[in-house]
Amino acid sequence: MSVQSASLTPAAQEPRPVSGLAQFVQMNLEVFRRDRMALVGACIYLFFVLVALLAPWIAPYSPLEVIQENGIWLANEPPSPRFYLGTTNLGRDIFSQLVYGSRTALLVGFSAAVAVALIGTVVGLVAGYYGGWVDTLLMRLADIAFGVPFLPLVIVLVALLEPSIWNIVLAMALLLWRDTGRVIRSQVLTVKERAFVAAARISGAGDLRILFLHIAPSILPLSFLYGSLAIGWAILTEASVSFLGFGDPDVVSWGFMLQDAFVSQAMSRGAYYWIVPPGLCIMLSVMAGFFIGRGYEEILFPRLRRS
Amino acid sequence: MQRSVVVYLVGRIAQSLLVLWVVVTFLFFLFRLAPGNPLVAYIDPTFTEEQQQALMRQFGLDKPLSVQYLVYLGNLVQGELGDSFFYRSPVIELVMEVLPNTLYLTFTSLLVAYGVGVVGGILLAWRRGSRLEQMGVTFTLMTRSAPEFWVGMILLTVFAFNLGWFPSSGATSPGTLYASEWDKLTSWDFWRHMVLPATTLALYLHGLPLLLMRSNMLEVLDEDYITMGRFMGYSELRLMVRHAARNALLPVITAMALGVGYSVGGNVVVENVFGWPGLGRMLVRAVAASDYPLAQGAFFLIAVVMVTMNLIADVLYGVLDPRIGAGQQAQH
Repeated sequence: MSVQSASLTPAAQEPRPVSGLAQFVQMNLEVFRRDRMALVGACIYLFFVLVALLAPWIAPYSPLEVIQENGIWLANEPPSPRFYLGTTNLGRDIFSQLVYGSRTALLVGFSAAVAVALIGTVVGLVAGYYGGWVDTLLMRLADIAFGVPFLPLVIVLVALLEPSIWNIVLAMALLLWRDTGRVIRSQVLTVKERAFVAAARISGAGDLRILFLHIAPSILPLSFLYGSLAIGWAILTEASVSFLGFGDPDVVSWGFMLQDAFVSQAMSRGAYYWIVPPGLCIMLSVMAGFFIGRGYEEILFPRLRRS
Repeated sequence: MQRSVVVYLVGRIAQSLLVLWVVVTFLFFLFRLAPGNPLVAYIDPTFTEEQQQALMRQFGLDKPLSVQYLVYLGNLVQGELGDSFFYRSPVIELVMEVLPNTLYLTFTSLLVAYGVGVVGGILLAWRRGSRLEQMGVTFTLMTRSAPEFWVGMILLTVFAFNLGWFPSSGATSPGTLYASEWDKLTSWDFWRHMVLPATTLALYLHGLPLLLMRSNMLEVLDEDYITMGRFMGYSELRLMVRHAARNALLPVITAMALGVGYSVGGNVVVENVFGWPGLGRMLVRAVAASDYPLAQGAFFLIAVVMVTMNLIADVLYGVLDPRIGAGQQAQH
């Protein structure tokens, strides 16, 4: 740690400024070095990424394949060495579905996180830097986005447009930038008063250059914080929408599996091997997002750190 | 001072109305984008082209979009939400009939969640650094990360199907009719149906007040007056409850009003798992059946509840915390 950043640590509840790409990368590494939970979160994601990439080799069957033997469907098989988690009522291998479900979850999670963080960051930067009517307009929009019921909107949008995971991502991007935007705006308000911004202006830098080259790097950790929380939210949202029956019927996701279990009476048959695993995977991936977010929070707001 | 309060309130109410207007406008155009003929439920395959046209005229679907929009807005203001395609009765009656069920579920689970959350938060802050705190925080993190419908499914499997302690679906036993809302609310049967859905929701909702209460308590416990109290020889219990908790409670109360708004929207999933006849279930069924007027109405009512609760939260915040002048916007 440099002397400069160390001297800034005890300041009020205000993120430490980061400038320069090298320092930025270093700070991201520091999140995982200093916070064990953040490291656990990163490992969980790493695990799911590996599973998603290697899915065809890990999964013994194709996720929607109806497994038959001598013309008879192997439906509702209990867990066995042949079917690690048993089969569904249509004779599909539950373990293979679980493996392939990680692909959908990660795809939705990461694309929604990028969309939410990107929109929120740009809105926050522009609103905070330019102020005036631009600021008023954008923040009123954020107020409105806060007033719209989230899950009902996603359901209506997905059902009316077309059941696809991209429409779920779209719905999230439409609404969830509000948190990121607000927080980043208030951060920009303090950062833009700093000496290095004035220095850049005096040396003749234009607005856009100041905004994206000088101010943006110092608020990026905040975007990462909200982005990592959005991954979990997105996976949870996709699962809920699929569970309610508005998901893409051709895409196997953890929510799809639970809906399948729900409508085919897996609960009354006590088929825990079908019900428990998908929910656990969703829970783990959401928790991983929380953990990583917490890691950024502790680096950003050292005052929150408690022994 | 008095004037600034009025100005603030009027501004805040205007903002709420603006939100509703945007929601309503968005809904109108969204539902017009929907594929298929919205009157499909009404149109019999034997209808002639003219009969179909007559039906379109009857519902005003032959007029230009702008006229339809103005008529729609005008009707909304009068509480006229149109007729359900499926039930063939006024939407406003259908949604108002199920609204109480959603509110009962929401308030029951919120009361439980905030009761448990506040007490739990005090306990964890008191026992800070202990194993209990670690376990409590981990458990809360797990319930906050778990999908609500999955928790509901597990509770159903264990307590409804396996042990048979609670019914698996609905708000009343089949065939039960109550003479009044009051009869229903005081019946054993209704509350037996309430247990599982309310527990599911409370398991999710208790996390926010618990974590909030805990971190507020930790903050307050650092204050001088607590140290002072310790010097005065007050018991730890008295310090925790009478001195620290009182001051830590404020943000939690505000969060509760926000929580009502949030959970009315979030109820959708839980109501569907437990077949609870509320707004969320009505919305999902209406959307699935392309019953657009009903879906719009249910969504609109959910938005109204949410916006109202946000408004109450903001006003409460201003009233309860004297440091926030009513003149300035309460920021969360």
